[in-house]
Amino acid sequence: MKPTDVSNPDYFHRVVDCQWACPAHTDVPEYIRLIAQGRFTDAYLLNRESNVFPGILGRVCDRPCEPACRRGRVDEKPVAICRLKRSAADQKGEIVQRLPPLPTRKNGKRVACIGAGCASLTVANDLLPLGYEVTIFEKQSEPGGLMRTNIPAFRLPTEVLSEEIHMITDRGVDLRLNEPITSMKELLALGFDAVFVGSGAPRGKNLEIPGRYDDLAHVHIGIDWLESVAFGHVSSIGRNVLIIGAGNTAMDCCRTSLRLGGANVKVMARKPLTMLKASDWEMEEAMEENVEIILCHAPKDFVLEDKRIRGLNFEILAYREEDGKLLSEVVGSNFLPADDIILAIGQENAFPWIERDIGLAFDRQDVPVVDRRTMQGTLPGVFFGGDAAFGPENIIWAVEHGHQAAISIHKYCQGEDIHERPAATLNLTSAKMGIHEWSYSNRFDTSVRRVVPHVSLSTRFKNINIEVELGFTPEQTQVEVERCLNCDIQTVFFASKCIECDACIDVCPTECLTLAVNGEEDDLRKRLKVPADNRKQLLFVSSPLPQTGRVMVKDEDQCVHCGLCAERCPTAAWDMQKSTVKIPYALDGPAESVPHPGQSHR
Amino acid sequence: MSFMKKPEVSHSRLSHNSLGRTLREYEGSMSTLCAGCGHDSVTAALIQAFWELSIEPCQIVKMSGIGCSSKTPAYFVQEAHGINAVHGRMPSIATGAHAANRNLYYVGISGDGDSLSIGLGQFIHALRRNINMLYLIENNGVYGLTKGQFSASADVGSKAKKGEINQQPPIDPVTLALTLGGSFVARSFSGDKAQLVPLIKAGIMHNGFALLDVLSPCVTFNDHEDSTKSYAHTRQYDRPVVHADFIQPHQSISTDYANGEIIPVELHDGSTVLLSKVSNDYNPIDRAAAYQYLLDRQKRGEIVTGLLYINENQEEFHTVHRTTEEPLRDLPHVALCPGSAVLEEIQHLYR
Repeated sequence: MKPTDVSNPDYFHRVVDCQWACPAHTDVPEYIRLIAQGRFTDAYLLNRESNVFPGILGRVCDRPCEPACRRGRVDEKPVAICRLKRSAADQKGEIVQRLPPLPTRKNGKRVACIGAGCASLTVANDLLPLGYEVTIFEKQSEPGGLMRTNIPAFRLPTEVLSEEIHMITDRGVDLRLNEPITSMKELLALGFDAVFVGSGAPRGKNLEIPGRYDDLAHVHIGIDWLESVAFGHVSSIGRNVLIIGAGNTAMDCCRTSLRLGGANVKVMARKPLTMLKASDWEMEEAMEENVEIILCHAPKDFVLEDKRIRGLNFEILAYREEDGKLLSEVVGSNFLPADDIILAIGQENAFPWIERDIGLAFDRQDVPVVDRRTMQGTLPGVFFGGDAAFGPENIIWAVEHGHQAAISIHKYCQGEDIHERPAATLNLTSAKMGIHEWSYSNRFDTSVRRVVPHVSLSTRFKNINIEVELGFTPEQTQVEVERCLNCDIQTVFFASKCIECDACIDVCPTECLTLAVNGEEDDLRKRLKVPADNRKQLLFVSSPLPQTGRVMVKDEDQCVHCGLCAERCPTAAWDMQKSTVKIPYALDGPAESVPHPGQSHR
Repeated sequence: MSFMKKPEVSHSRLSHNSLGRTLREYEGSMSTLCAGCGHDSVTAALIQAFWELSIEPCQIVKMSGIGCSSKTPAYFVQEAHGINAVHGRMPSIATGAHAANRNLYYVGISGDGDSLSIGLGQFIHALRRNINMLYLIENNGVYGLTKGQFSASADVGSKAKKGEINQQPPIDPVTLALTLGGSFVARSFSGDKAQLVPLIKAGIMHNGFALLDVLSPCVTFNDHEDSTKSYAHTRQYDRPVVHADFIQPHQSISTDYANGEIIPVELHDGSTVLLSKVSNDYNPIDRAAAYQYLLDRQKRGEIVTGLLYINENQEEFHTVHRTTEEPLRDLPHVALCPGSAVLEEIQHLYR
């Protein structure tokens, strides 16, 4: 193998699995370290730089970071990254003065955002400090989009949501509530310098089976129903409820039903347990509330009596795999009674308000054609983000789309090529403090993952607004932070200094290091101290060593970043160095357009 | 050295030996030797060898004298028996222990000071008696514990860190062992585990005294230019002549060495040591030829390594003395102490 090029920022960035997995590349290890030091406000602000909504995401993020966490490979369960984020948000101090300063003079450019959800709010957040005038059009009476309408208050309290939205809108956004955009053509005629479409994927998928339209009062579309509940239009439901579908929306629907009078609530899944779309923790929480998840049941027809829903007939399916394809066959049928039925089988984009003759192209699924890097549609100056861009994803992806769109909008308005993207950079500084001292907590803590306490089952159903998760206690936070393996403190190797004494290899607790005769990757992976079977993890390969010409190979898979290799090395060929990935934002450039510091007010 | 304990975490896919133990379970306490010390690599090789041989820790006895090397037993197989003897006196303790119980695996760890100066007399007599043990010398040419004075194995012309040049001829434990009738004579290098681990395994399983001289550089006092026991010098002049592969009973025999002759030597427990000649003009079963070869190479400043001589048929201590198979602790008191009448009889023989 060729020597690893560690000057490419991606190499060390990928070692920080959580940060690499996060669409917005939140600097997880650093904010966990700040929490460990009790610096909650600093931890919050570091989070906010990349993910904008730490309080919200600390509760309802999809957490792509956690399955990626190295701790999960070494020690079964990953660090409770998401819950630590919430700890920082819950305990932060005053932060308004510490947000990027707003210029007193605007830069004369006007940007319209459609929909006041997470994507648009991120665009506004990034463009306001640059002097843009941002107008957000929202069809509802409150900003927040899906975060407000689709996530029940028992998972995301309204105060938390409003606080983080106001943190942006209060900085001078022209927020037009109750103003749906009904024509893109008309909007474009208003002369905005750029338009951002962040209107989400607002249409719930339907189920076209017999009886669907015979009792409209008792068959609901999941996301519409949740929205009605959020705005107080719906406050009750029948005793027997069937939820069709088993994604995260289904979990929200079933738990909401329990709080509105549902007593016998079942989630009906078409597929077996391992193939359900819902996040594990959302299913666990539903099951904790005694929701039954019934598997391999496909809805067949609605059963009515006197034009009133009585239940649903299902086909029972059995699955088998053949040549990598999943095949199903009907092995039985079942009737389940119901007073109300909620369809939660997915959602999709809907753009009835975009005229198809203005230069914006759509694909066959009616999803707009959008460039994944620039977020621009086929009409220059019109950008998309969040679920509106590529169909339903999640909040943290929407935030990242917003950041990228803001960079593009800024470049576009300044007359630059939006396809020239600013690159992420990486900075390394030695973590060595003294002979055996490091500037991070390098001791491996054997504690197991802490479990977040919940409000008891006897009290949580009294009110739909009671937040079920209580967040970590200070003691739990203190333990959980120490479970982080500090993957951003990198093992940096200087081949020219190595005398091949084996000290690092012998002392490494997780057998990551091998001195080997170089070879092709497949061959080398087999010859390591423990074969490097996890191919998703990179190998570090040094340049040939001075004494024997062999190479130092490190399998990044299970390194616990304890620093013992560096402590044991007699020649300082290993050093532990803190890597900081600098993610570019709109505010970072182009330099000449950033308002002069003298213009900003305090 | 490191003040931090090796963390209680291991790779999630570590393999297990036939006792169901992982390599980590053969570790000892954290080494307090200098970072980069060759002795720590020897420790790692010992851990690897015992793990691969699947020996129960309670079947292992580790013994040492005084010196940096003699701290080694603390760092491997925590659950084994052990004794830290007086300077240079480990061979006597080993002889006594082995006389009392021949059913254990004995490993003596010594250094060039402990074995070639103060303990030279002890060392050669244990070798002469062919005590069934692995006798491993961690040889670095200096007294590291007392700040780097030359030891008896320092080469003529080798320069100390402070500039002094050694003028006394060295004692070479390997040639010494050959002249004294050693039944297993080997040399290796702490920086070459591929060679060292099989030699340790063969030495442990050899029926008799296995001398293993391991060049183990002292990073603090003897790893500079003009040192003849540095990592760089050893690598430059290392001449492996015979590679030993240790094959356990019932394990199929295969070897990576395509060239050269292969000599299988069967050990008393049914395992085999496969000697692959790296150098075709070397013969590891001819004592006189081996001795001559070593002297010739020594004159050229070359360090000959590998399993240099083996004679599995040489009788070990217990066979020579027709002593009991049973450990003394298992014998009834009357057998151990047959009474004054028997003593009288014995004394009568000498009158």
